Amino acid sequence: MTQFLSSLPGAVAQGIIWGIMAIGVFITFKILDIPDLTVDGSFSTGGAVLVTTVTAGLNVWAALLLAFAAGCAAGFVTGTFHTKFGIPAILAGILTQLALYSINLRILGGLANMPLSYRNFSLLLSLSDIPRALIVGGLFAVVVIALLYWFFGTEVGHALRATGCNQMMARANGVNTNITKMAGIVISNGIVALAGALLAQYQGFTDINMGRGAIVIGLAAVIIGEVLFSRIFHNFALRLLSAVIGGVVYYCVITLVLRLGLNANDLKLLTALVVAVFLGIPYWQRQFTGGKVKIDPSAQGGDANA
Amino acid sequence: MLEIRDLYKVFNAGTVNEKMALSGLNLTLEDSDFVTVIGGNGAGKSTMLNMISGVFPSDAGKILLDDIDITNMREHRRAKYLGRVFQDPMMGTAATMSIEENLAMAFRRTRRRGLAWGVKHDEKQRYREVVASLGLGLEDRMTTKVGLLSGGQRQAITLLMATLQKPKLLLLDEHTAALDPKTAAKVLELTETFIQKEKLTTLMITHNMKDALRLGNRIIMMHNGRIIFEAAGEEKEKLTVADLLKMFEKASGGEFANDRMLLT
Ligand SMILES: Nc1ncnc2c1ncn2[C@@H]1O[C@H](COP(=O)(O)OP(=O)(O)O)[C@@H](O)[C@H]1O
Ligand SMILES: [Mg+2]
Repeated sequence: MTQFLSSLPGAVAQGIIWGIMAIGVFITFKILDIPDLTVDGSFSTGGAVLVTTVTAGLNVWAALLLAFAAGCAAGFVTGTFHTKFGIPAILAGILTQLALYSINLRILGGLANMPLSYRNFSLLLSLSDIPRALIVGGLFAVVVIALLYWFFGTEVGHALRATGCNQMMARANGVNTNITKMAGIVISNGIVALAGALLAQYQGFTDINMGRGAIVIGLAAVIIGEVLFSRIFHNFALRLLSAVIGGVVYYCVITLVLRLGLNANDLKLLTALVVAVFLGIPYWQRQFTGGKVKIDPSAQGGDANA
Repeated sequence: MLEIRDLYKVFNAGTVNEKMALSGLNLTLEDSDFVTVIGGNGAGKSTMLNMISGVFPSDAGKILLDDIDITNMREHRRAKYLGRVFQDPMMGTAATMSIEENLAMAFRRTRRRGLAWGVKHDEKQRYREVVASLGLGLEDRMTTKVGLLSGGQRQAITLLMATLQKPKLLLLDEHTAALDPKTAAKVLELTETFIQKEKLTTLMITHNMKDALRLGNRIIMMHNGRIIFEAAGEEKEKLTVADLLKMFEKASGGEFANDRMLLT
């Protein structure tokens, strides 16, 4: 137990970073109502871009910006596949994700992983200084949430929300839904890559497989946040915050079950099952209540408070 | 002014399900014409509105709106000219957005969207006033998510949205059909008020023949993707439901008018 408690701050720091990633997932999954699997690739892209550019001597802030831009580019490709090639969103994301594996390897110069020591480079955060990592991670989360809160309050942000909720209505009100979907996927993947870049610094290396299962972890964070806070958090910023907290809770629980003796190899299995069950709950609720219950606005697609 | 010339639409061309939904449709609406549209199920009424609003591309023909050729214009572009209310009360509004946010979306239908606030402060008061004019008491629920409103309330909001920026053409597709009779009557009354006040050029599909005769200055009857009968002004005033039924039977080759038309 004391071992668990001592590993808690690290779990929280890591949870915050994955929580920032979950904000990206929130944008596509909850607001646009598009499950975007690009994130598994773009998370690794963020890490790869940061490590290689910082290693090459670039300032860490510039490297973060580049990582963000690379994620946006990945989102742009998925958005193009979806809106210009007419490929279903899930498949479009899978295609980009696959392509990104090759691209990420190229970025890393053919290596499967690459170290980045805080001793040799000035990084923003590292697991060697967890209090600092907590503060930096927290600040990033707050800034991302604040920017998105502003963005989704603008005209373009409203158009995006309307698109996710009711495309017919959006188009009838002059919204080019191809552009709004594109914008949402781009922003989402930019944030995901940013989180990948933060994680690479935190753990002191990047790995080609770093983003594997990111979509599921993101969904887990979003769902945990929703289960815990949906009754009390209605404000949009707070709902983004609940996704971050969801990420933190997820990592704390993972740390706990690992301490309790779960084989680390079984972790992804467990996560996938838990997410599947939670995604199933609203469906089962509808099955059981049949048509008797009052209409649930969130059943229209998109999400009730997005 | 709306001009539809020789418009054709074939669904599922080249398959066993091939269906010619519009076959050489011609229709001209003068400014402030209020045209009611009737016809059996599958006559092509909704398809006509969908072609005007650009939901599907047409196969042949032209659609002109105030001499602008909108035949191949993208749906979101021509949206600035059109007000639309759908049969399904869920379709016209965004459930997860508040009443004022929905209205703000409609207000920006005719403009380019940027990074200004989605609902400006001074708009809120204006929206409150127009919503109050509906007489449904919704003005005190401006920040309520539209998904929490009833079908009738949502349809009233959609109507408001469709007319918030005066459209060149208002398209109503059986917009009261999914509502209970009392609510339907209320929404229809609001529709009349809006159309009269702004002298809106309107195409209104209805399955209720009495409404079709009572409202508007023109009536058209569609069958097999074409207009088979139309009447305007005094000639329309003299028409009765029985006349329409007779006409329908004749046009469809003695085939009986379908149940839905007989019932209403
Ligand atoms: N999206 C579509 N795909 C295939 N067939 C369609 C589609 N929309 C309408 N149709 C067909 O076109 C015909 C006309 O339909 P519609 O315009 O909806 O009729 P109405 O509104 O007069 O009842 C019908 O046979 C219908 O099945
Ligand atoms: Mg119809």
